[in-house]
Amino acid sequence: MRKSLQQTIENRTLSEKAIIPYIMAGDGGFDRTLTAIKLLQESGATALELGIPFSDPVADGPIIEAAGIRALRSGVNITNTLSFLQANKDAIKIPIIIMTYLNPIFNMGVASFVKQAIAANVKGLIIPDMPIEEKELISAHLENTDLALIQLVSLTSSESRIAQIADQSEGFLYAVTLNGTTGSTATGDEQLQNHLRKVKSLSKIPVLAGFGIHDRHTAEIISQNIDGVIVGSAFVQALHEGNEEFIHTFFKNKVKLF
Amino acid sequence: MTTTTKGKFGKYGGQFVPETLMTALKELEEAYDQAKEDPTFINELQYYLKDYVGRENPLFYAEQLTKKLNGPKIYLKREDLNHTGAHKINNALGQVLLAKRMGKKKVVAETGAGQHGVATATVCALFDLECVVFMGREDVKRQELNVFRMELLGATVVPVDSGSATLKDACNEALRYWVANVEDTHYILGSALGPHPFPTIVRDLQRVIGDETRRQILDKENRLPDAVVACVGGGSNAIGMFTPFIEDSEVKMYGVEAAGKGIQSGEHAAALAELKEGVLHGCYMYLMQDDHGMVQEAVSISAGLDYPGVGPEHCHLKDLGRVQYSSATDEEAIEGFKLLSRTEGIIPALESSHAIAYAAKLAKEMSEDEIMVICLSGRGDKDVAQVKELLGGNVHA
Repeated sequence: MRKSLQQTIENRTLSEKAIIPYIMAGDGGFDRTLTAIKLLQESGATALELGIPFSDPVADGPIIEAAGIRALRSGVNITNTLSFLQANKDAIKIPIIIMTYLNPIFNMGVASFVKQAIAANVKGLIIPDMPIEEKELISAHLENTDLALIQLVSLTSSESRIAQIADQSEGFLYAVTLNGTTGSTATGDEQLQNHLRKVKSLSKIPVLAGFGIHDRHTAEIISQNIDGVIVGSAFVQALHEGNEEFIHTFFKNKVKLF
Repeated sequence: MTTTTKGKFGKYGGQFVPETLMTALKELEEAYDQAKEDPTFINELQYYLKDYVGRENPLFYAEQLTKKLNGPKIYLKREDLNHTGAHKINNALGQVLLAKRMGKKKVVAETGAGQHGVATATVCALFDLECVVFMGREDVKRQELNVFRMELLGATVVPVDSGSATLKDACNEALRYWVANVEDTHYILGSALGPHPFPTIVRDLQRVIGDETRRQILDKENRLPDAVVACVGGGSNAIGMFTPFIEDSEVKMYGVEAAGKGIQSGEHAAALAELKEGVLHGCYMYLMQDDHGMVQEAVSISAGLDYPGVGPEHCHLKDLGRVQYSSATDEEAIEGFKLLSRTEGIIPALESSHAIAYAAKLAKEMSEDEIMVICLSGRGDKDVAQVKELLGGNVHA
């Protein structure tokens, strides 16, 4: 089923690249999260990826892990994050994509999680420790909903596997730009460009790249052949340090189509 | 629950890993499926198990312990006599041969107490592979000598500061390292845990324990044992011991987890006592976690049992009721440690001491015409300093 998140991204890419910032729920308190979401949506974010902290975030690098630990220490969990989203759904204008690991969802109960996420107007879901072989656990609960289950492809995925994953992804296809964790440094070299071109050619839905995109310059290079980027650690760090300037600079001129 | 993944034990197991690792897992599965049918690989493994590890190791009739407990006839499977002092080498050796076969240049491993790290560093030295071992900062402090051992063997030991700085966090870092270096690196996982195909590979490489035991007991007693006891952290020595007996319904099997300061205290490592299902390190299993799905710290005197989950096949055997799982506290383990040292002149690893402690209880319910086998998974040299400190230097404490 075609989900509205895909439409949002497709609309956006008619004139410019999609930019999806990632921030950690409740890092510095939920009030600060709401302020950040407003700032990002006013700045021109296409959608927002909201991380819900997990004790063992194996796909994340040190910056996001540290944000997760701060959030966990101040009592953030999946339940109060969903309540926060529900309470503020009128103020939040851009689609929210939840990024978390399987265990917190599993612990809550998949059916209950899906019900509350839909009630909170969540439009997408990214679970980095759930490859397509295991996705039925979640996707069985998403039929006839507008909640998109976004799948990731990696540099190590074979061509046939990329095609298979692209077919099963909803909303957009998330292309991981490096072998490593979030917050490492992507290069944007020719090898990566070739990979992204290949991913794009194999996908019927929009392709966004993420992991290792630290600044606007890298975002521009990496989004050349695809539909946009996801930027995590750099925004998490900027928000933690109260560096609003970084956000303004990042969005100052939206990334144009090349 | 319906999934299409291979590598499930009932509903447990699976491959809950980032996409970046899926290709490596498939490659490993294929390499292993070929290797286990290949006489060259099998012969090479046999050769090193015999001439390097020192197998087969004895099934020792513990006559003094038998007299002392006044119950069944007790045999000890002497994994403690292996090179490097524990069963861990069986797996490390098999996996390093696999890594070599796959043309990998580097090996990464996690370690808690350091036994698996030492075993991995050992086989990497033997086969001249680069070796990186992640170890929680707390464990680095607790097990200084094992750190030095690994370094002596040429491995790089990386202390892990994230999370609780123990085994679970070392696993996180090892997985991250593997993701970043997947093209030329093999991950030698130390227990029957993690994503498919690891639980199967580790079980197959450890079943030499049970295969030998079965042969040896038939040879000595002309019948199978009535009870088999093994300690369970992730559960590799236990699954290796149990596997050849699973079809023999007359053999009762007992897995002993670490109850730490007591199950009621909440400070323990007995995932099978709480029965909460969850996903960690690529595997769906029983997992200690709080009400929001955050993984809890496991607590045990024994760093080798200090893991909040338990191997997926054990979860399945638990549900089936084929294996009885129980636990022994830190205090009971110390008693087991002292008991075997005094009765048989064998100092057991603190991990294995949990099995001894439970076996001593179980013996009371058994008669003298019955036979019990305990898997003595490792030797206690590594634990002597820690136990000395705990007892305040007084063995009679």
